[in-house]
Amino acid sequence: MAIDVLGSPVKRTEDPRFITGKGRYLDDIKLQGMVHMAILRSPYAHAKIKSIDTAAAKKRPGVLAVIVGADIPYNPLPMAWPAGGSSGIQNNVNTPRILATDDVKWTGEGVAAIIAETPEQAVDALEAIVVDWEPLPTVVDAEKATKPGAPQLHENAPNNVVFEWQVGDKAGTDAAIEAAEVVVRQRIVNQRLIPNPMEVRGDIGWYNPGTDEYTVWMSSQTPHIQRLLLAAFVTGIPEHKIRCISPDVGGAFGSKIFCYADMALVMFASKLIGGRPVKWVETRSESYGSTIHGRDHITYLEIGGTREGEITGLRVKTYANLGGRLSTVGPGIPTTLYARVLAGPYKFPNVHCEVTGVYTNTTFVDAYRGAGRPEATYVVERAMDLFADEIGMDHAAIRRKNFLPPDSFPYDNPSGLGTAVNGEKIFIDSGNYEPALNKALTMIDYFEIDKKKQEARSRGKYLGIGLSTYIEVCGVAPSKWIGAVGEGWGAAMWESANVKVHLTGKIIVTVGTQPQGQGHETTYAQVIAHELGVPMDDIIVQHSDTQGTPFGYGSYGSRTSSVGMTAAVKAAGKIREKARRYAAHMLEANVGDIEVDGANYSVKGSPDKVKTLQEIAFAIDLGFSMPEAMEPYLDETAYHDTPNCTWPFGTHIALVEIDEGTGKVDLVRYVAVDDVGKKINPMIVDGQLHGGIAQGVGQALWEGAIYGEDGQLQSGSLLDYALPRAAWLPNLELDETVTPSPVNPLGVKGVGEAGTIASTAATANAVIDALSPFGIRHLDMPYTAQTVWRAMRDAKAKGGQA
Amino acid sequence: MIPTAFDYTRPASLDEALRLLSSGGGGSKVIAGGQSLLPLLKLRLANVDRLVDIGRLGELKGVKSLPDGRLSVGALTTYAELLESPARHYGLLRDALPTIGDVQVRNRGTVGGAIAHADPASDLPACLLALDAEVVVRSSKGERTIPITAFFQDSFQTAIAEDELLTEVRLPGPRDDAGSAYASLEQPASGYAIVGVAAVVIRSTSNAPIGASAIAITGVGPVAYRASAVEKALTGSDGSAAAIAAAAAHATDGVTVNSDIHADREYRTEMARVFTVRAIEAALARLG
Repeated sequence: MAIDVLGSPVKRTEDPRFITGKGRYLDDIKLQGMVHMAILRSPYAHAKIKSIDTAAAKKRPGVLAVIVGADIPYNPLPMAWPAGGSSGIQNNVNTPRILATDDVKWTGEGVAAIIAETPEQAVDALEAIVVDWEPLPTVVDAEKATKPGAPQLHENAPNNVVFEWQVGDKAGTDAAIEAAEVVVRQRIVNQRLIPNPMEVRGDIGWYNPGTDEYTVWMSSQTPHIQRLLLAAFVTGIPEHKIRCISPDVGGAFGSKIFCYADMALVMFASKLIGGRPVKWVETRSESYGSTIHGRDHITYLEIGGTREGEITGLRVKTYANLGGRLSTVGPGIPTTLYARVLAGPYKFPNVHCEVTGVYTNTTFVDAYRGAGRPEATYVVERAMDLFADEIGMDHAAIRRKNFLPPDSFPYDNPSGLGTAVNGEKIFIDSGNYEPALNKALTMIDYFEIDKKKQEARSRGKYLGIGLSTYIEVCGVAPSKWIGAVGEGWGAAMWESANVKVHLTGKIIVTVGTQPQGQGHETTYAQVIAHELGVPMDDIIVQHSDTQGTPFGYGSYGSRTSSVGMTAAVKAAGKIREKARRYAAHMLEANVGDIEVDGANYSVKGSPDKVKTLQEIAFAIDLGFSMPEAMEPYLDETAYHDTPNCTWPFGTHIALVEIDEGTGKVDLVRYVAVDDVGKKINPMIVDGQLHGGIAQGVGQALWEGAIYGEDGQLQSGSLLDYALPRAAWLPNLELDETVTPSPVNPLGVKGVGEAGTIASTAATANAVIDALSPFGIRHLDMPYTAQTVWRAMRDAKAKGGQA
Repeated sequence: MIPTAFDYTRPASLDEALRLLSSGGGGSKVIAGGQSLLPLLKLRLANVDRLVDIGRLGELKGVKSLPDGRLSVGALTTYAELLESPARHYGLLRDALPTIGDVQVRNRGTVGGAIAHADPASDLPACLLALDAEVVVRSSKGERTIPITAFFQDSFQTAIAEDELLTEVRLPGPRDDAGSAYASLEQPASGYAIVGVAAVVIRSTSNAPIGASAIAITGVGPVAYRASAVEKALTGSDGSAAAIAAAAAHATDGVTVNSDIHADREYRTEMARVFTVRAIEAALARLG
């Protein structure tokens, strides 16, 4: 009997290949006859293309073809998730063409492509393309873009508005704010971020002239969806003639969910040159204009309540910057995935949110780790501190007072989980928020914090403590709900798995989800090893190729464990049931008398009459002797549509010190108590939390995409865009509470985004707390040394006492 | 990240390198560790016709003591090697060198390359200015020495002529009556200095505690500079907090202070003052 590995911190089976350079990422793939593509990108943020002269470029050494937008018979890219879903809200849609034809809307939009024998020749030849530009006025700020007189980007989008969407009870919330004893109002900015996975994006397109079929290798989180979108919406090539393959993917954070122009471009180019494979890999700086950005909200919040700290209403107005054209699900992120969770873990009776999606002359914006939920958590967690500061209440106490009590569930929140068309609902199905808060407060020694603040002052430092009590919605929802709130292409959100037990008893699991570094090859194997009683070494997990895997929606939204692995559990259950029936045949017993213990199938009362799964697989896969109506082989596929989302929650607490002389912020302690349900592999869960926390702290302290008024990205490389570094973070102190999810057999909830969702708000609140002696109630991120120094200086000038 | 095409030569000796430079015209560029030049080439922010790779010339490597007690630092000495050499006697080098780049950069980047590149936000120029280093350059016509104060001319511009190669940096010998320190505020993305201040203070033999001082500042102006007004105010003072603050107020006297997305002119000016105070205090603390 194999040792049960479910819930054990087993080491990741994929790591030896990743850390010894034996992974196979997109750029590691070298095909016979492969040529290379480089893309000419707009130097202007807004301009008309008057003409493109490619004659000189065509004569450059090694150049096989020069492509401009007018050459390509494909459609513009699809936008699959309009705000409001099927409710009929007007969305003024403009999406990128494969290459821009008439105009460009941001620096970095592709306008021409070179296909050449070598990457060097392709890049060199770009310099020979002559574009006659007519520069146009630019706007980069979403709020300003909606104002009269702003430069207009698209004829079908007056005032640059993509949509105006709202959720929640407007009349009730207006009345609550009107009647509240205390109302606090604040404008807050959730700045634009650049995802920066370690591996940038790239594709290889290969047209096979023998079969008239296309294969596209892509660094993607969603190869199945891309095949669907490329076939049905972009190229018109039949779906069964396209095969999409994601090799090892070196991080994504959401940025590789989407359908990108370059995917179709390599397909077109390969056919154009007669079927040689065409590779394109973006550079880091190029990716800042060719791959999506995240966040970028300007929000006006109003929070009302009693002087005793009971919150009675939250009213929010958000301008969501979606860039120059729309990415695949751009409008869905700041609507459904943001506003519907604005109530957080609190029993607010009234919440209303208006969101205006806006075009600006910037890179398109879509899902970035957490996608909407970090923005919502930032709003509500800042709002709680602002309100507490106004009435002089402790930051932990106000949260405790407003938490949903543990008997509230299932809970239909007031910010619109249940307001999808057709009345489709999801509920917050479980939660118990106080134990996590209490544990975190104890770990950080919360009630001794004043002493620590005094001690820090003696060293020229201001110490601050910040809480974030968050909830997360994971799994991206039951199909009927996601269909009602968005997903205009009619997609569902179920997941698939196939399990085969081959003749020798070795097991291959193929799945529709798509790892990007999360360790799925390990965790799926742990689940199947548990379900079938076999050693992990006897299992491999295959994924990421539309040929040979069941259709799957890929990995994002922390959905793989709760939805994908449930499909795997179901498939394994079918295997077990068929093996049981076959064991009865082998042992000449009744099916009802077969007992299963791990991999042993025995006759009740006769433990010596036993067959192992391996013996069963050998016999049934050969099929020499089959019971009537049973098909040979242990090969089962299952699809799983989750009945509800999962709802992780927890409390994160950050402790920061600010240097008075420079404004430099140091994160000195970080405590996180998360409830992610049961854990398949606690080591991997900790790793996800570590990375997520670092990423969220990065937003609070260092990261930010900065555009000039002319639409030039001033933070245009890693020399100017600061990613968090390990040495800047303290040892992260993690603990847990465990409330198993009731909606899947594993009891798991998902953990891919929790750290990011919680940590930005915790860190921000800590910085503001540290600055409270100056009378500072709010400051926009990132809290760079200069920003913090200036805030302290200005506050002192206004008489703020430190 | 593909540079434009260039020729590449790797001379086998210093003499051959000098011959190549004297015949190369303006299109040749010397490469040593490549930690600054290669990124520029790959980003196509710089183009060269020919790279002359001196990286393997043994005669330019290593740190030696000269008969007069000074230290001779070969141009190809890496940051990591310098930190392990007798030059680590200087507190300011112990402060500055570990903050440069990362392990790979410190193992590849060279002292000569750093100062010949003359990035206005590089740490090492301020250190060498404060130490009153001397730079030795050589061409096929002969050798000359340049005081470090005359070496940095403007952003990315030095006193090295086109046919000359930087061969050596000479540092004053260790002395027990000197204390030094380097304090900087790093730009978090690049790790370069928003402000970096190198300070050397020398104990006086007379009653005034500070007999001499050298204060050099990088990241603030178009080129690293000696803050002579600070030195003047500090030297001969009692080294009190008030005296240091008064001296540091002159940190940017006569300098056109840089402004960028990470630090505007006002903030950088203030940080030059703050880090001048911190560097002087740290140097005095080492003086004991």
